[in-house]
Amino acid sequence: MALPEILNGMKTVVKNVFKKKDTVSYPEVRRQPFPRYKGRHILDRHPDGLEKCIGCELCAGACPADAIQVVAAENTPEARFSPGERYAQIYQINYLRCIFCGLCVEACPTEALLMTTEYELSGSSREQLIYTKDQLIIDTPIVRHWTTKKELPPERQVFS
Amino acid sequence: MSRAQTVVEEIEAGGQGAYVESYQPEEGRMTINMGPVHPSTHGVLRLLLELEGETVARCEPIIGYLHTGMEKECEDQNWRQAVTIVTRMDYLAQMFNEQVYSMAVETLLDIDVPPRGKYIRTLMVEMNRLNSHLVWFGTQGLDMGAMSAIFYGFRERELILDFFEMVTGLRMNNGYLIPGGVWEDLPEGWEDVLGRILDMLPGRLDEYEDLLSQNPVFLERTLGVGVISADEIKQLGATGPIARAAGIDWDLRRDMPYEAYGDVTFDVPLEQASDVYARYKVRMAEMRESVKIVRQLVDKMPDGDYKNMDPKLMPPPRAELNRSMEAVIHHFKLVTQGYSVPAGEEYAAVESPRGELGCYVMSDGGTSPYRCHVRDPSFVNLQSLAPMAVGGMLADLIAVIASVDPIMGGVDR
Ligand code: SF4
Ligand code: SF4
Repeated sequence: MALPEILNGMKTVVKNVFKKKDTVSYPEVRRQPFPRYKGRHILDRHPDGLEKCIGCELCAGACPADAIQVVAAENTPEARFSPGERYAQIYQINYLRCIFCGLCVEACPTEALLMTTEYELSGSSREQLIYTKDQLIIDTPIVRHWTTKKELPPERQVFS
Repeated sequence: MSRAQTVVEEIEAGGQGAYVESYQPEEGRMTINMGPVHPSTHGVLRLLLELEGETVARCEPIIGYLHTGMEKECEDQNWRQAVTIVTRMDYLAQMFNEQVYSMAVETLLDIDVPPRGKYIRTLMVEMNRLNSHLVWFGTQGLDMGAMSAIFYGFRERELILDFFEMVTGLRMNNGYLIPGGVWEDLPEGWEDVLGRILDMLPGRLDEYEDLLSQNPVFLERTLGVGVISADEIKQLGATGPIARAAGIDWDLRRDMPYEAYGDVTFDVPLEQASDVYARYKVRMAEMRESVKIVRQLVDKMPDGDYKNMDPKLMPPPRAELNRSMEAVIHHFKLVTQGYSVPAGEEYAAVESPRGELGCYVMSDGGTSPYRCHVRDPSFVNLQSLAPMAVGGMLADLIAVIASVDPIMGGVDR
């Protein structure tokens, strides 16, 4: 049979065996996404600690997947959450529905809603994946399921 | 008895269409269901096969297992949001879906895309073609036992997905091409990342060719397998690499140039044999052409706006919102209602990795599509599976399915 052709193909395989590995052993080694990456949302605060969100529900209106629920309430002098008249009393994003399109971020008039590069969004129940305002607000630390030993830059090395 | 019931019964009596379960095979033939859950049907495709020994005597693709009603879903969204739906149809050619939808909507709106927008769009879809063909390469090899092919194909595809992630923020289902242009300008450093991919790809394509093109086992399984005549292809309306592998010289990019294709030079690879190997050859050559096209686009990339800045279409810039009440009101209106598109109907077509991808958009003047139909090449090409498979061996059918490269998300929409 045509041995030379097969050997030619095997040459490619053998060459690749000795190349540096292209895979990483996730989750110990974790690749950092590019800055534009659309991941988990956060709700930002003003420098003085007030929430940026004014409960306008624009993000909920822009969402093609109906993933966001906002219920607004009036600020009172005693309980002031945001600089405007209203604030979001209930703010939930359902990550079972969210398609990470970023339309909500584009829609938010106060830049309250932002997207991080966090992509490890898994949970063991449906309820866990409905993120409430407490989880989304910026000062809540992001909980990772595993510890990361090493973080790689976004761009992979290209070995030609 | 209701009308619908009568129709169903008529169909069942004739043993046609979706009710093939009641079909009685001919004497001496064995009926086999391949799929819908089968590793080499590339998704939830079900093939109803009749076998005479090991020869396929009848092959009927049965579809609909992935029907998610995306066309209908578009009607519930506004024109801008619908981009996020159409991109999910043919999920390996996501940018093409966005592009063809945007082109149809732009014609209805009667707006132009600035040159930079057009170039970015063309660049992204060509990268998408590479991405899609690499997946095809991997699966074509894998289906015929060349396990390394899928590793290599997916390894290179990963780098293209990284590039998509860098530019669009998402790896698949990007929603990057929107009516009027693109979502964001190319980020800083895009040329370096893209350049490294382009430098690497031709060498890797050579490796692929080393691996498969002359391999006797591969040749044995592809040469003269799944032959279909050019006439049959034309009658069935199949397009793309399938048609070009049968010598039908038709490529929308060259014959009806859209976006920036008029400004670049490239060849349209042609083969005559119309078998699995010819389709393999065409796709491999197309990848090299895509690299060539992208290089030219990078060199010629113009400056300027990346999307049509018509304030009726695009929300006002961020900085405006803090300054002017008008802008805030306009922003609210655009986000909650979206823009309206003049009443009318429009068809646009692009050359997707699988053939002519068309989008027929109908507007009643409102803020959401009245109808958004997508002519998906996988759906049409799938019909050519039967003429290719009948008369061949059952084992060859696997190679034939891979060479048709159907994407069930696009077939069922
Ligand atoms: S990213 Fe898209 S789907 Fe997710 S919440 Fe925002 S608008 Fe909705
Ligand atoms: S996050 Fe932004 S868009 Fe959503 S309710 Fe708050 S202020 Fe409005």
